[in-house]
Amino acid sequence: MKTLEDFRADFDILSSGEYIYFDNAATSQRPRQVLDAVSEFYKTKNANPLRGLYDFSMAATEEYESARSLVADFIGGVSPEEIIFTRNTTESINLVAYSYGMDNISEGDEIVVTVMEHHSNLLPWQMVARKKGAKLVFLEPDSEGVITRDEYTNKITDRTKLVAIGHVSNVFGVTNPVKEIAAFAHEKGAVVVVDGAQSAPHMKIDVKDLGCDFFAFSGHKMMAPMGIGVLFGKKALLENMSPFLTGGEMIEYVTREDATYAGLPHKFEAGTVNAGDAVGLSRAIDYLSEVGYERIRQQEDKLTALLMEGLKNLPYIKIYGSGDAAKHCGIVTFTMEGVHPHDIASVLNDDKICIRAGHHCAQPLMQFIGAGSTARASVYFYNTEKEVEVFLDKLSKVREVMGY
Amino acid sequence: MELKQLYREIVNEHNLHPVNKKKIDSPDLVMRGVNPSCGDDITLSFKIKDGVIADAGYEGSGCAISQASVDMMVDQIIGKSKDEAIKLAQTFVGMIKGEITDEESIEALDEAAALQDVAHMPARVKCAVLGWHTMQEMLENPEKGEK
Repeated sequence: MKTLEDFRADFDILSSGEYIYFDNAATSQRPRQVLDAVSEFYKTKNANPLRGLYDFSMAATEEYESARSLVADFIGGVSPEEIIFTRNTTESINLVAYSYGMDNISEGDEIVVTVMEHHSNLLPWQMVARKKGAKLVFLEPDSEGVITRDEYTNKITDRTKLVAIGHVSNVFGVTNPVKEIAAFAHEKGAVVVVDGAQSAPHMKIDVKDLGCDFFAFSGHKMMAPMGIGVLFGKKALLENMSPFLTGGEMIEYVTREDATYAGLPHKFEAGTVNAGDAVGLSRAIDYLSEVGYERIRQQEDKLTALLMEGLKNLPYIKIYGSGDAAKHCGIVTFTMEGVHPHDIASVLNDDKICIRAGHHCAQPLMQFIGAGSTARASVYFYNTEKEVEVFLDKLSKVREVMGY
Repeated sequence: MELKQLYREIVNEHNLHPVNKKKIDSPDLVMRGVNPSCGDDITLSFKIKDGVIADAGYEGSGCAISQASVDMMVDQIIGKSKDEAIKLAQTFVGMIKGEITDEESIEALDEAAALQDVAHMPARVKCAVLGWHTMQEMLENPEKGEK
């Protein structure tokens, strides 16, 4: 069986050992197997899928559709018709906002989101609320980053038409009680949209068990290429939604004045599809399964615990979110007294360490926790204890560089 | 200059012990400049007498490069005419963008010329130019300011 060390060797950018990559929550690295799968598709099967009547096109179609089936299995055995390929989580959520939100949310209705949302799961709902005269209601976490039952049962009401919630916060790393919230929201008659961008790379997803109506995620955070994302939607909802984008490929019959649309899922996939990257996503899912979520989780938890212990030894560091490393999903967000996060990131870059600094596309959360911006180190299964040690050592020298 | 050297030799002094981070009494021009992506946030206030910047100060917070750059800028522009200050801002921004490299032009920036190496750090360009952009905007379009 391949060890974590063996897996790490599949990533050229990591195995050179030159850089320490701790920005996995922004995007993961990609193993050679995924890159090869994409390259192989273009080298041997390249043709416009879903159109041609010749072998290449049929082979391309076959690859694309089997990628869809694999994704359908990957998130808990749903129907491939319920899987729509998009560019990324942002596009997936926009699809729901435009095609579901704009037609089903009216003046006076409420849309419930959390203050932790990535902008991709906030701005589409701001847009719907503004255009339809609906109200945005925010769930707020407690000091450990947790949305309590009291919080969501108070704010999700009969007026709530839609609940949009991140599965895992990209700042706190906390896993939200999506299953419980979805069950409660359904009692109130609301539809539930889950942003799974930060969860799908790290935990087994079962959308049936979660009970959500829509689930969106990106390939690029789970080792697939950039530019391929997924939207799962329940068939009954998708069938009644109008198309998001119109044009080629998503039609059935077109006259000068009118058109009828293709069935699911193609109704929502206008234009030439991103088959090459769908193949890459499919290979990335195989790769993830080979590593195994259990091992991913163990390694992340081990590294996160080391990271947090080390940070706690630096009295000028403040860690955000839970005190329990196992509740961080590999994400550790922190600030350093007297040093702006951008300076931390620049100094670490000089030591060839990549971390994120800024607002992490979650400005309302930054305002909520009272930090203009923060630094974030995020690990994945291919990172090592040695890397954490080097990171902590270099980090402990940052204040000295900054003149303290 | 390496980044760490730049911090140690130039930036830290201005960031940790700024000379011009202060309120100005009854300023004639006030403008806020923000880098939303990183949270750098400064407010400049100038006192203008006979077309000359008689006094100037800034308030705010942000990364060391943004704060040091604005502190150095205020050093340079007190006593200068509006046009001279605008010219300096153009030179500084040109230098940081790597468009102005001749020593003579850059020398006019005096101490702020030390930030020239930020031109090789694309991620930090916005930090370095924030104060200068804000000043140029305030002097050219005073009606957009808060005063």
